[in-house]
Amino acid sequence: MASMRDIKRRKQSISSTQQITKAMKLVSTVKLQKAKTRAEATDPYFHYMYKTVSSILAKSKNLSHPFLTAGESTKKAVVVITSNRGLAGGYNSNVVKLVTGEDWDKEDVDIYAIGGKGAEALAHRGYHIADNASEIMENPTYSDAAAMCQKVLDAFVNGEVGEIYLAYTHFKNTVSHEPELIKLLPVEIDEEDLNEGSDILMNYEPNEEEALNMIIPKYVTSLFYGALVEAVASENGARMQAMDSATSNAEEMISDLTLKYNRARQGSITQELTEIIAGANAIS
Amino acid sequence: MAEANRVFEIEIITPDRVFYTGEADFLEFTTADGDVGIYKDHIPLTTVLAPGIVTIHNGDEVKQAAVHAGFAEILGDKVILLAELAEWPNEIDVERAEAAKARAEERLANHTADTDIVRAEFALRKALIRIDAARLK
Repeated sequence: MASMRDIKRRKQSISSTQQITKAMKLVSTVKLQKAKTRAEATDPYFHYMYKTVSSILAKSKNLSHPFLTAGESTKKAVVVITSNRGLAGGYNSNVVKLVTGEDWDKEDVDIYAIGGKGAEALAHRGYHIADNASEIMENPTYSDAAAMCQKVLDAFVNGEVGEIYLAYTHFKNTVSHEPELIKLLPVEIDEEDLNEGSDILMNYEPNEEEALNMIIPKYVTSLFYGALVEAVASENGARMQAMDSATSNAEEMISDLTLKYNRARQGSITQELTEIIAGANAIS
Repeated sequence: MAEANRVFEIEIITPDRVFYTGEADFLEFTTADGDVGIYKDHIPLTTVLAPGIVTIHNGDEVKQAAVHAGFAEILGDKVILLAELAEWPNEIDVERAEAAKARAEERLANHTADTDIVRAEFALRKALIRIDAARLK
């Protein structure tokens, strides 16, 4: 049985860890609130963007446009959004698993990493990191998203890559976030949505093709920005959960150790008493 | 007051927020092909925005804001402006805009082969719009 001192020391160490996890939980709760409000504020923009793009595509089904067809290159650009900091449970590894779980040849994948953890993990597994813009994760703005997007689009237009994917964590609500892998280019729109918006006769100025030229990069950027904002919210949500369970685990361990400590204390008192009585008996 | 039957809805949406929702009887803004004015029952039109000033008329009430890049979807009784950036005149930092204007002008004046002229021109246009809009306060 461990000595009283050992148990006490261990208890103290766990309770100071608990203080840290508790503080981290509070911090991420506050950050989550902020990130959540932001994620909700981007929603209407994205919603209209999607509606407009799908209604343009619905009216011009036979339009051939470079953004609508896969490039000749077999290479894929994958934008991976993770966090810069750990201690967020399975948040980062879930996103990385999405990429490694696809049946892709490592040679054929160019990773555009946003978030240091994902970049490290994928580089370690032998993927090629084409670009790393982890610093924008701290406070993602629309212009950051636009700049990153431009790089990936340039690679697509130049024919370096044939398809663009985005791996990020979708923020469903505070307690549930799902890693998702979506195809950005060529653009894919649900058949249902295509049929929905086709009843009004819409005009385009300049013509449809030029409008598409302008709007699709904006559409991709908005997807991108939405994903960034959602990823930040998910990261803080995941960290909040991880820290919450760490705190309650520590609580459990402390109560277990308190019990052990009291038992050891009682044992040592009993032993002392027995020794004193035995000594007294020996003298008399 | 505007006549009730001439009023249509306007929404200006940016990635960060719903910038403006409200009603108007006349709307002016700048597209890639030039300035346009919209009344109710305009034909359905989707057009690309150029940096410029959006003017919302509702009866005697006039509101103006600077809008940079984006596109507009015009339906008969509703206009949706999707802008990458939109600002009310009182949100604009004039000194910053002046500085940006000076920077862009300098870059254009002493350009070398590496200078991204398109970008500098765009920055200049943005700064000019900001300064114009700020004066409207």
